[in-house]
Amino acid sequence: MDKIYSINGPVVKVKNSRSFSMLEMVYVGNKRLISEVIGVNSEFTTIQVYEGTTGLMPGEPVVGTGAAMSALLGPGIITNIFDGIERPLRSLAELTGAFIGDGAAVSSLDTEKKYQVTLTVKKGDRLSAGQVYATCPETPVITHRCMLSPLSKGGEVVWTAPDGEYCINDTVAKIRTDRGTEEELTLCQRWPIRTPRPSARRLPIDRPLITGQRVIDTIAPIAKGGTAAIPGGFGTGKTMTQHQLAKWCDADIIVYIGCGERGNEMTQVLEEFSELIDPRTGRPLTDRTVLIANTSNMPVSAREASIYTGITLAEYYRDMGYHIAIMADSTSRWAEALRELSGRLEEMPAEEGFPAYLPSRISEFYERAGYVETLSGAEGSVSIIGAVSPQGSDFSEPVTQNTKRFVRCFWALDKSLAYARHYPAINWTASYSEYTDDLADYYRKNVAPDFMEVRQEISNILAKESSLMEIVKLMGADVLPDDQKLLIETAKAVRVGFLQQNAYHKDDTYVPLDKQYRMMKLILCFFEQGREALEKGCTVSSITGTGWVERIIKVKYDIPNDKPELFDEYIDRMQKDFAELTGGVTVGA
Amino acid sequence: MELKYIGLDEINGPLVALEGVSGIGYDEMAELRLADGTKRLGRVVEVSEDRAVLQVFEGTKGLSLGNTTTKFEGKPMMLPLSTEMLGRIFSGAGKPIDGLGDVYPERFADINGKPLNPVSREYPRNYINTGISSIDALMTLIRGQKLPIFSGSGLSHNKLAVQIVRQARIAEESGRDFAVVFGAMGVKNDVADYFRRSFEETGSLQRVVMFLNMSNDPIIERILTPRCALTCAEYLAFEHDMHILVILTDMTAYAEALREFSSSKGEIPARKGYPGYLYSDLASLYERAGVVKGSKGSVTQIPILTMPNDDITHPVPDLTGYITEGQIVLDRGLDQTGVYPAVSVLPSLSRLMKDGIGEGYTREDHQMCANQLFAAYAKVSDARSLASVIGEEELSAADKSYLRFGRLFEEHFIDQGFEVNRSIQQTLDLGWELLSTLPKNELDRVDEEHIEKFYDPERAKTIFNL
Repeated sequence: MDKIYSINGPVVKVKNSRSFSMLEMVYVGNKRLISEVIGVNSEFTTIQVYEGTTGLMPGEPVVGTGAAMSALLGPGIITNIFDGIERPLRSLAELTGAFIGDGAAVSSLDTEKKYQVTLTVKKGDRLSAGQVYATCPETPVITHRCMLSPLSKGGEVVWTAPDGEYCINDTVAKIRTDRGTEEELTLCQRWPIRTPRPSARRLPIDRPLITGQRVIDTIAPIAKGGTAAIPGGFGTGKTMTQHQLAKWCDADIIVYIGCGERGNEMTQVLEEFSELIDPRTGRPLTDRTVLIANTSNMPVSAREASIYTGITLAEYYRDMGYHIAIMADSTSRWAEALRELSGRLEEMPAEEGFPAYLPSRISEFYERAGYVETLSGAEGSVSIIGAVSPQGSDFSEPVTQNTKRFVRCFWALDKSLAYARHYPAINWTASYSEYTDDLADYYRKNVAPDFMEVRQEISNILAKESSLMEIVKLMGADVLPDDQKLLIETAKAVRVGFLQQNAYHKDDTYVPLDKQYRMMKLILCFFEQGREALEKGCTVSSITGTGWVERIIKVKYDIPNDKPELFDEYIDRMQKDFAELTGGVTVGA
Repeated sequence: MELKYIGLDEINGPLVALEGVSGIGYDEMAELRLADGTKRLGRVVEVSEDRAVLQVFEGTKGLSLGNTTTKFEGKPMMLPLSTEMLGRIFSGAGKPIDGLGDVYPERFADINGKPLNPVSREYPRNYINTGISSIDALMTLIRGQKLPIFSGSGLSHNKLAVQIVRQARIAEESGRDFAVVFGAMGVKNDVADYFRRSFEETGSLQRVVMFLNMSNDPIIERILTPRCALTCAEYLAFEHDMHILVILTDMTAYAEALREFSSSKGEIPARKGYPGYLYSDLASLYERAGVVKGSKGSVTQIPILTMPNDDITHPVPDLTGYITEGQIVLDRGLDQTGVYPAVSVLPSLSRLMKDGIGEGYTREDHQMCANQLFAAYAKVSDARSLASVIGEEELSAADKSYLRFGRLFEEHFIDQGFEVNRSIQQTLDLGWELLSTLPKNELDRVDEEHIEKFYDPERAKTIFNL
């Protein structure tokens, strides 16, 4: 029997053993703490423990499981809340009380619950890897499709159970492989979390993940199957932005990974999501959400695993043909977990103590996103939105820089915007999206033919404003000529009326693309009318005197999302007001 | 049979190593007895089959390889707990130092605590009225929150903490079950004395448990101090249904102790020499705040830390800000102009505030008033920097009104004084009065209905003598 030789924090060593393989899951100690082998050499096997090691003694047993750290995949995942190694927190609470104890053995999924299963294959059918053999309603909005594991070679169906109620471990079908062996198929399967699940092929990215957040959807949109990073110092609203996206984006399923963050935030997600109703399904948001909560005071090695557990769950549902969005809050905590473990292993550090393999780990993670054709021929996608918490709000630190290299969408959160309570505090000049061109066709066809041009004009106004602000800061706004003053007023309407969005307002928390477009048009109409009025001799103060800037700023509240036709009235009224204004000038002159 | 080991094999800083030992658990406590009969406490920080590394809390001064005997306790550091702890003073390692003898324990608890299951937490919603306008209105303290004070050396953070303790009122509080746990890490003797005297003067000493580790006490003991304090707080809150306010000062001294300990263990340093696990370590303290389902009590934390060189990007405030639910930042510039409390409004924040204020908690206009005050004060700094370049005379009328607002805001709202205790109604009314000194069209975070109700420039003129 293998025994513990030494213990240092979450790292345990076994001496002179040849029984363990790399990344194998093992049980350590009398309490059977869940652990993973992370290093093997002729003298020592190094193991990281996913639970607290207080009280552990050298000489206690270490037992291998023969399999890599893997996740149990099957019905019962959605609506659940897991820790970093897929232990259901609700069952843990029943077992060990409010405080999490060590060595609690619970099944990841409820093995007693019965699902109404419909078999989709019959005796004699051929079944290959990734193909669906049974379905069952998992929540009122998600139908679970049981697929042959991609590890299987496939074969002929020789027996199926009748449709009916089954638990996840009941056999519902049997296949005979070409070698003549029989495989029993249940409702669940296991998959090693560090290995990406295969798909038939990657498809080009061409449709947006619509979030209802104006600054994202128009200025820096993300595609389905895309990747985005949200870097920002503390208090800039990373978590808030992630919550908004999780609530409103048009993915079928949300996997929310709370990686090394606050316990109260996870409680908030749990509470809020069960109260909020998804406008598209009429059901609570929890019906399409999986939570992975490994808060900052839970064991650090489980924090490292939580990211992989989350993405494995997401890939599993992608293979059923769903669109999944992953919110990872925060990837910096994950990187710090890597650093902490690397330090315990006495590895040679690279930048700021982070291990040299940090960039490759980050890229491996983000590369698991994508829009794919699944093995069964369906289309599905995994989009990743990772928050980054740069140390000292300094975007040049290693995690932010390496993340920036591997994501195509960058939403930089800005301290000064957050200080002025401009939320979402996404800085429009520092943020970018490389998906804009890929998505142009979608916007043209589905929103408005001139959407991209309108969007560009709005960006131009903002860009010009930021260069004018340099002068204003030095000499005040009064020195500017009238047309530039008008631009500054218009830019104010864009910033306060359009980019700033109130997450607590019933209409403003989610804004459909059509309304976003009409809001931009309204602002451009004001700019246009204003310029004409200037040419006709009006002053900027008379233009602002019309009150239209304030009216545009409040349009997000004043026009409900379901009454877009009111925008036409606004434009009519604005044109009338300006006609009066310019008319007045000509009469006076 | 009790095993005692004679002698040590290595002494390095606060760490000692013993070889040829067996049956030792990780994190276990040990007692070291010197030749002269004095005892010291140690904790196992690394263990292998035949060797254990101990950290000695009282320091290794006077230890030699030959003069000690070590006895292992077979369990991690346990703190004796009892409701009798209220009103008592303990050392940083949990030993009574007020001369009143040992506490008769109701039970013992591992000071490291256990992580609270997120599904067993209750989301904190009830606010604590501190009577300090800047905090109550703009960064409301919520029961179960962790809200640190970021300060600098020489600023009035201690005074502020005392004022909060003195004035803190829980919304539907009966007063009976409210108590303070005070943990001092590496503070000067006179600072600890200041706290003790202040608690005494306000008559709250009987409701305070103090854990004191002075700056001349061994640094290793400092690592235990907050853990003892929080274990005691959790016990009182979750087993005796009390509302506990935990004040920890100074977290920077704690982090420095951790750094010293880490480097003596020969660990690889991350930023500024702090260990790579500083975040996890701080989180294991700060996360021990909250409300648990099925318990009436709560643990609210106000850790105080001094930012070295007033640098908010220093690892300690930086990592703290990422874990805690907001921060109260004190500002040297304001302090020098005599403003007390010198709360720097813009970088300060309370993340839990939005759910604990408004109708049913404070007043329905609270959020709107706070948003507008923040937004307006943010513009004040723009106007000020512009004024410093082109002169105040050249500013536009709107910018001038912002300058005036800024001045009034600092004089009347922030600068409140140590003795003044304002109700939330007074605070919000004052906020609206200040906002009324601005032109109406500048109030872009407020809807018409509230402008109608609260915007009253005439009244503002008479109040502020404009």
